[in-house]
Amino acid sequence: MSLPRALGAVVGRELRLAARAPAEAAQPLLFYALVVALFPLGVAPNEPSLPVYAPALVWIAALLASLMTLERVFRNDYEDGSLEQLALAPLPLPLSVLAKLAAHWLLGGLPLVLAAPLLAAGLGLDAAAGRALTLALLLGTPTLVLLGGFAAALTVGLPRAGVLLPILVLPMLSPVLIFGAGAARAAAQGLDPTAPLYFLAALLALSLTLVPFAAAAALRNALEG
Amino acid sequence: MNWTWFHRLGSPPSFFRFAERLAPWLAGLSLLLIAAACYAGLYLAPPDYQQGDAFRIIYVHVPTAAISLSIYALMAVAGAIALIWRMKLAEVAVVAAAPIGASFTLVALVTGMLWGKPMWGAYWVWDARLTSELVLLFLYIGVIALNGAFNDPRAAARACAWLALVGVVNVPIVKFSVDWWNSLHQGSTLLSVDGIKNPKMSTPMLWPLLASLAGFYLLFAAALLRRMQNILLERERRAGWVRELMEASR
Repeated sequence: MSLPRALGAVVGRELRLAARAPAEAAQPLLFYALVVALFPLGVAPNEPSLPVYAPALVWIAALLASLMTLERVFRNDYEDGSLEQLALAPLPLPLSVLAKLAAHWLLGGLPLVLAAPLLAAGLGLDAAAGRALTLALLLGTPTLVLLGGFAAALTVGLPRAGVLLPILVLPMLSPVLIFGAGAARAAAQGLDPTAPLYFLAALLALSLTLVPFAAAAALRNALEG
Repeated sequence: MNWTWFHRLGSPPSFFRFAERLAPWLAGLSLLLIAAACYAGLYLAPPDYQQGDAFRIIYVHVPTAAISLSIYALMAVAGAIALIWRMKLAEVAVVAAAPIGASFTLVALVTGMLWGKPMWGAYWVWDARLTSELVLLFLYIGVIALNGAFNDPRAAARACAWLALVGVVNVPIVKFSVDWWNSLHQGSTLLSVDGIKNPKMSTPMLWPLLASLAGFYLLFAAALLRRMQNILLERERRAGWVRELMEASR
């Protein structure tokens, strides 16, 4: 099988699995919208400073929503043995990890990006800030999925990985949060958000090239142990 | 020169004996240096012209903060050695260094907070250096938590090694991003290109700092050797050399 077809098969399998359980696939988006919707209930009605907190809030909700599902990204395959088949297949494991994470981003990351303009408007951000926030999420959520996927690979064989995963990965994601929310804040103040967006793109390029190898090695470690 | 003694250190029993001999010396020397630094720092050094006596906390704060970063680098190097050459001792070093690193980071944070109250008027501000030190503490806690979650110590150590390696790429990014975000902390007085040619600290203030830096490094080395010894004893409890050791000590 040629390389593109093999990669397509891995991505297609993930998408088909998600299509068989559509309710489960919609959960992260629902969680994300709920966290954002509940936040204003905690402050005074029509609080004028809500737009100030909006970028941070949307980003925190996106971080939590994507980490929630990342625990499962390798778990089912590990338990039913298909992960071992993937590790034995001629397709290099870093590439299949990349394909799996890409599929995961399509299912769990892209909906968060698409919902962001709506949430930004609901929180009172102006159009320019909403655009910057959406673009930042588009560049930042893949990094989030990649680093989260690495942590999920480290903990795949462990019985109680649920709380461990955020502890491992959230400190590493602080740059994404800083630049992601920074872009929206800059735009809200009428400044140019290009610089933080470029930083987000640089982080994505770095994690896209390095993380799949680390994640594949972590998976092999879990399969050996 | 004959280097075979160095290779022999790779085997747990010879490392254990080597550490058993070396650790007391390191610990003793570090206590001497730290005691001398404390005495000189607290009594002999003059008060700072701006900060008064409050500056004296640098004799604990600066060494612990510097070493907290070094320990992470050491963990990453040991992690790379453990993953590339599958060397048992390097795995043990990664796992043993994490709690020491976390303690040094915590001491640096607490002493910084105590200094911040009189100087900045607040125990905690969201400044770049404070924030990145806090993130470093979380990174250490992550390694400790990951190690604790595994049943098999070798798989645990290798997972920790990977985490330390990915983390060490990430530490400069975190550092840079929070610098970009906000910085209030003063720059380094000691470590700058200009500072080496014409020191910005007067000698009676400087030498206790250097002594305390050396003392804390030795303290770390002694603690690391002792922790590694303990982990080796537990890991190799079924091996012949541990049994012989136990028989001999009985």
